[in-house]
Amino acid sequence: MRHLLAVSDLSRADVDRLLDLTDAFAEVGRRRVPKVPALQGRTVTWLFYEDSTRTRLSFEQAAKRLSADTLNFSVSSSSVRKGESLRDTVETIEAMGVDAIVVRHGSSGVPAQIARWVSASVVNAGDGWHEHPTQALLDCYTIRAHLGGLDGVRIAIVGDVAHSRVARSDVWAFALMGAEVTLVAPPTLLPPSVEGWPVRVGHDLDAVLPDVDVVYLLRMQRERMTEALVPSLREYSARFGLTGRRVEHMGDKALVMHPGPMNRGVEIAADVAELPRSVVVDQVRNGVAVRMAVLFELLGSGPIRPGGPG
Amino acid sequence: MAERERRQTPPFGGVFVARSQVLGRDDVRRAICRMAHEIVERNHGLDDVVLIGLQTGGVPFAEAMAEALDVIEGVRPDLGTLDVAFHRDDIGLRPVLPSTVTEIPWDLTGKVVVLVDDVLFTGRTIRAALDAVHTYGRPRAIELAVMIDRGHRELPIRPDFVGKNLPTRRDEAVNATLDCVELGEIHKERW
Repeated sequence: MRHLLAVSDLSRADVDRLLDLTDAFAEVGRRRVPKVPALQGRTVTWLFYEDSTRTRLSFEQAAKRLSADTLNFSVSSSSVRKGESLRDTVETIEAMGVDAIVVRHGSSGVPAQIARWVSASVVNAGDGWHEHPTQALLDCYTIRAHLGGLDGVRIAIVGDVAHSRVARSDVWAFALMGAEVTLVAPPTLLPPSVEGWPVRVGHDLDAVLPDVDVVYLLRMQRERMTEALVPSLREYSARFGLTGRRVEHMGDKALVMHPGPMNRGVEIAADVAELPRSVVVDQVRNGVAVRMAVLFELLGSGPIRPGGPG
Repeated sequence: MAERERRQTPPFGGVFVARSQVLGRDDVRRAICRMAHEIVERNHGLDDVVLIGLQTGGVPFAEAMAEALDVIEGVRPDLGTLDVAFHRDDIGLRPVLPSTVTEIPWDLTGKVVVLVDDVLFTGRTIRAALDAVHTYGRPRAIELAVMIDRGHRELPIRPDFVGKNLPTRRDEAVNATLDCVELGEIHKERW
């Protein structure tokens, strides 16, 4: 694998291999010295045109635990502010000799475009409303770790699907791994068409809750909403928020997940986020191991070069 | 183990074809028993001794060794397994993937770590293992037990306990299991 741009490019075997590799890197994270020399001499850099806390930090932690060198780059304090084009910025970075570029951008397709320009590996860390593949991988890994696998697991993805790249990546990844996915949202927060998506659609959270193994709450993306799509956040919360009362209707072993950052009191009640069945903190912890697996897969485990040891 | 991996990894690999049997099942068992005695003798017992089998070839030998030590001393030493994939020096030159998850759930500081592998060849796997062991603490000592030492070292590494010294040509291959030890070749065209 040369780039990781979208879950829809992956096969089930790819995902299985990455999740198995994640197991091995999770073990590295539990060592007294949680660091291996696997990517010594490789350089990873970040190109984040959008804000991020956990994705950015978790990629950096992953690269450092693999002994890769990291070049830190902040778009807001760079020549981008002077009007440098995306292509010039990327080619400048590549000229310094980087092996992988982790990209987040507000427009869909930017990582794929960058991958056409450079010889370095490109990892999509979220592009517009398109995809966020490492989030989907860490979600799959978290579900697998808690429930033993994804085959036949019933997952409800609740909330602002329309604006969510996490939802798009998760839908493909969960379905690829054999899970049954139901989207639950007001019609205004669903994409114009879910035709071709391997999902069912519901509009009543209370009807869906008793029959799912995982409730995946999406963040209300207020910064992306250009019009009033819900009457008010309070009303949204009353109908689609996971409140303490609603949790009681879930199965005993059902998990609560959220990609973060959480709007406590909107899509998830503050006390629900603290429940043992809420695996939000596990998702963050697993994010480091998953991103180690992705960087190692792209930079460490191939391609096979001619002239290797025989 | 190095050669085991190469054997299994296309396109460098191929199929192992045995030419002659070097040791039978009983010979292997006796060799393990003798090495177990040597480990006890060298360490004046089994205090702080931890066995670590190297994935994948070394693990059954480490298990058999733990069994033999239990019979001799009445104490079963802690037994871990280590996959050295992330510490190898040929990452990026060929596909390197761990075959299993390492299991060393203890701090190794102050312990005597006995690494156990099936075949010692170039020494590169052991170099990686020495590196890996230190991420679990600072052992008091590290010792090396191998079923077969076939020579051709590329690094200054020597075993402390050897089942059998087996002179080989570089292009030969050794297959060592608890059932037998065979000398043969890797046939690439039959892969």
